[in-house]
Amino acid sequence: MNEGLLFPPLPHRIESRAPAAARDISLQQFVRHATVTKDTGRVDACRAAFGERYDNLRRHAGAIKSHTLDHLDEYLERFEAAATRAGATVHWAADAASANRICLDIAKRINAKVCVKSKSMATEETRLLPELEAAGVKTIETDLGEFIVQLDGDAPSHIVTPMIHKNRASVARAFVRDLGAPYTEDPGELTMIARAHMRKLFERADLGISGGNFLIAETGSLVICTNEGNADLTVSLPPVHVALVGIEKLIPAMEHLPIFLKLLARSATAQPLTIYTTCVTGPARSAGQGSSADVDGPRELHIVLLDNGRSELLRAPTRELLRCIRCGACLNACPVYKAVGGGHAYGSVYSGPIGATITPHLKGLHNYPDLATASSLCGACFHACPVHIDLPAQLIALREEAARRHLNPAPERVTMKLWRWIMQSPARYRIASGLARFVLSRLDGVDIPLPGPLGAWTSCRTTPRPGAIDFRAWWNERQRTKANCGRPASDRGRA
Amino acid sequence: MAATLVLERLGCRVHFPTAQTCCGQPMFNTGHHADAAVLARRWIHVFEGFDAIITPSGSCAAMMKVHAPEMLRDDPEYATRAKVAAGKTYEFVEFLSRVLRVDLAGMGARHDSSATIHPACHLRELGLMDEPAGVLAQIKGLELHPLPSRDECCGFGGAFSVKHPAISGKMVENKVASVASTRSDALVCSDAGCAMNIDGACRKRGVRQRIISAPELIAESLGLLEREPLP
Repeated sequence: MNEGLLFPPLPHRIESRAPAAARDISLQQFVRHATVTKDTGRVDACRAAFGERYDNLRRHAGAIKSHTLDHLDEYLERFEAAATRAGATVHWAADAASANRICLDIAKRINAKVCVKSKSMATEETRLLPELEAAGVKTIETDLGEFIVQLDGDAPSHIVTPMIHKNRASVARAFVRDLGAPYTEDPGELTMIARAHMRKLFERADLGISGGNFLIAETGSLVICTNEGNADLTVSLPPVHVALVGIEKLIPAMEHLPIFLKLLARSATAQPLTIYTTCVTGPARSAGQGSSADVDGPRELHIVLLDNGRSELLRAPTRELLRCIRCGACLNACPVYKAVGGGHAYGSVYSGPIGATITPHLKGLHNYPDLATASSLCGACFHACPVHIDLPAQLIALREEAARRHLNPAPERVTMKLWRWIMQSPARYRIASGLARFVLSRLDGVDIPLPGPLGAWTSCRTTPRPGAIDFRAWWNERQRTKANCGRPASDRGRA
Repeated sequence: MAATLVLERLGCRVHFPTAQTCCGQPMFNTGHHADAAVLARRWIHVFEGFDAIITPSGSCAAMMKVHAPEMLRDDPEYATRAKVAAGKTYEFVEFLSRVLRVDLAGMGARHDSSATIHPACHLRELGLMDEPAGVLAQIKGLELHPLPSRDECCGFGGAFSVKHPAISGKMVENKVASVASTRSDALVCSDAGCAMNIDGACRKRGVRQRIISAPELIAESLGLLEREPLP
């Protein structure tokens, strides 16, 4: 995998990758087509299913998550107790290193040779896969998109659609090159090639690794949603399964699951439900002990609860960020994500609006100084979020922190002070706006490169043109005329 | 000017307090909240005596209706005043449709041309994305063309546009292409910032596109303003 894409040298600036991505025509087309299709699909699916109730529904889902996070300590303990009762082993990982160590220890103990892995952002975050490979465990991504990204030595570019930056032709080339398959761009045929390749590995695998979409505190269950069924196979075929799951994935009880399943599938892929919803409660039990339904499954089930900076986000101002269910709707809705050709420009595992808000908290604002400024605050993400996270407000809070810590550019701080000073006085405002009007009307929307930071404006626009009429002059003249006709000229409306 | 003429035609007594300057949005958006609060308090002071506060710019409306009360919520003197002022602040089209409940067709509004609408992103925040189309649809003879990816930001965002020119430039490039594809006589923008951005990008690319505000289009349709020639 190309480690530098998601783990670049720090500090990382989105500006270091944005211009090239904005010029890459095919990348722009892939990402734009995929995100616009998904975004319009989401809007239609939510409108059809929920209509006017949608906003209440997402607030309700957000409230369930908020409640869980408000009492996270209690729910985590409840989950551990229930999962342990069901026969699973619960591990606690404070950071990425300890999470990986737990997984590697298990792999070593069982002498694992082949590991099948279903899609998991948590394992991307801890960089588990390269560590497994280094320890001699051949690990295969079984999500089709992740599999192709793995074959290409690439990195996922979207939370839900990892290969959003690629097209069918690149999949065809990878399959010819690495699997010896005949060249085809037919999606059905490509899927069958991958399926045939993976089935053999599923049969041989001695370790399965997954993430998790939800953890149910009441029952100790792990819930995984996929469209390919690869999580089912990852959980049920290998004798040992390890799920690496962030502590924010908890919900209180099974009765809370349906609302999230409905919102997740519609928000992520405009489906009423994902094709497979895998609910795992404990490992396989012998037929004598429980019902026959419990016979399937791994011999050992390990659930690793990952913190890795999440407890820091639990403080009140950022707690809502932990409500995220990783549906990717904010990425699909975001015009910036489109303009930078997908997730790689963010230089982080999590991209798009949710990535721009959590990454600076998880990895240090000084390490990602311009992620939060790379937004026009258009609010499309907030509007799309199924758990009602106010992402623009979170971006502004990061900007506030940057301004407080002087991590923003000094010219910006000076400009804002100057602006305030001018705007505190109507006289100064008059002079400044008169001056701007004078200069801009002389330039009259001309296409010239302006010096300094204004050059950024003229790189893709002409100079701004002021309106044909100076409103204040017009207003004052009108008031004078009215006064002369004996009508009141006062514009003081204060009672 | 157009807003004044239209509101007067609708029977409002229009005041323009010349002491007004800026609501503080640029400072708020860049995280300089102490500076923003100074101007927000000033704005309240200048405007709070009126029955209704109307702005033709969506982003100013959002700043005053949503963010100023949030920002000043712990200010003992201004918290309540901010809320009260916010409660009577309206985006121009919102005021026409939700308060005055205008019937432009009944007033004889007519504009034989075509237009497409870019509702500023701040209208999304205010739940008004469909409002401009609703009001402009009352104008006889006006052909409204749907704008592809209508709700997508044009890329201005104040300081964002100069800090991230490649991103902002790509966004406005997409917007210009989408506007041009509608082949409309006019693009109606609900925010002066969007208009300035899209106008500059159109001219840079040699795309001739008339860009006007909703008040201007309405004023023209009511015969209150001369129709400007196409660019």
